[in-house]
Amino acid sequence: MNETIIEFRGAGYRLPTGQPLLSNVSFAIERGETLVLLGRSGAGKTTALRLINRLADPNEGEVLIEGRRTTEWDAIALRRHIGYVIQETGLFPHYTVEKNVSLVPRLEGWPGPRIHARAEELLALVGLDPSLFLKRYPHELSGGQRQRVGVARALAADPPILLMDEPFGALDPLTRAEIRAEFQALQRRLGKTIVIVTHDTSEALLLGTRIALMEAGELKGLYSPSEFLHSKEPVAAAYAAQLRALEGFERGG
Amino acid sequence: MTVTQFFSQHANEILQATVEHVWIVAATMLLAVAIGVPLGIAVARRPWLSKPILGTANVAETIPSLALLGFLLPVPWLGDRADRLTITALTLYALLPIIRNTAAGITGVDPAVREAARGMGLTPRQILFQVELPLSVSTILAGVRVATVLTIGVATIAAAVGAGGLGEFIFRGLAMVNNQLILAGAIPAAVLALGADFLLSVMERALRPAR
Repeated sequence: MNETIIEFRGAGYRLPTGQPLLSNVSFAIERGETLVLLGRSGAGKTTALRLINRLADPNEGEVLIEGRRTTEWDAIALRRHIGYVIQETGLFPHYTVEKNVSLVPRLEGWPGPRIHARAEELLALVGLDPSLFLKRYPHELSGGQRQRVGVARALAADPPILLMDEPFGALDPLTRAEIRAEFQALQRRLGKTIVIVTHDTSEALLLGTRIALMEAGELKGLYSPSEFLHSKEPVAAAYAAQLRALEGFERGG
Repeated sequence: MTVTQFFSQHANEILQATVEHVWIVAATMLLAVAIGVPLGIAVARRPWLSKPILGTANVAETIPSLALLGFLLPVPWLGDRADRLTITALTLYALLPIIRNTAAGITGVDPAVREAARGMGLTPRQILFQVELPLSVSTILAGVRVATVLTIGVATIAAAVGAGGLGEFIFRGLAMVNNQLILAGAIPAAVLALGADFLLSVMERALRPAR
């Protein structure tokens, strides 16, 4: 299990305008881990994620995937090797659920029957009845269903790594809790290496095996969920306090 | 003589002129789409191209059609044949709506969809042909529709340089102060324009992606 699959070595990223979004970030993610990048908007979480699948290249330092620098990977091959889920799902509105889900296998030239079987398998995996949903279009789905299809699409070619950018952010609280719980079960079953971006503390504690706390483009610390709750680091302590305030409200309720 | 009688008497001539007219318009539109869509894609890709390309197309649009034909007449290869000359001039007119709508359609694709496509490892070519163009096809068609209706009208000027078409009747009618002759050109042109507008708007709606 102790095999590093993603590694940041002093990685930084600046906009062409010179504005730094991420500076000198170093950490390693082991195979099978779920790392949560936690921080407020503009903390550099999404930028860090985009450095992993080469949607951006670091201006300083380097990012290694399976021991190779991202800049040495062919960007297209790297991205097909990594599943990607974003908040707005980015489902193609002109494709049915089946075509959306089987996009990467089709690009990879899988034979037709195998593609179809895979689409059915994936929908079942994310809790959608294939006979009901394969032929639907994204606008015919609820927000939660869309998000499930987004996860299914990211898993299509069975990538070892899954990146998720605020995957449950656009959902109402109940659907969110539901999908989160399903996702936890899925996570245990699939054993993927997952990197999740969120600004939600309870989500981070629930889903993460480790939490990377980010603030103003810097990594403030890496914690296990229990370490995070008891950390003296001011930003981590602020998150923990906010969470306890909520609990206090519930108890006092 | 009533207009109907005139039309039935000259049915053959009118039909021939209409066919000529349709051929001029069709050739123009093919050429305009073949040039305008790639230019629109270029504008959407590189915003700095927007000013020079759209600006030039805009200027072409403002030149009076008769004057444009006059300007192009002395151009070596172009001026040799009337239809060549006409189609070139009409294409210059038709470009603007096509370029503008292509650029607008592609720029209007949901950024999340493009980001997801990139993140899943689609090549820029695959993003263009599988995502951006299919999602902007109805917007592009709206531009083609505007350009077609415009071209059908302006193509009547083609008769001035001897390229034929329905303009023949209009020019003859003007010279002879004969309203029936003018109508023999104007009515079929109007019918063509309405028909093309209807047909293309049906296509546009059919191809509009659901949301």
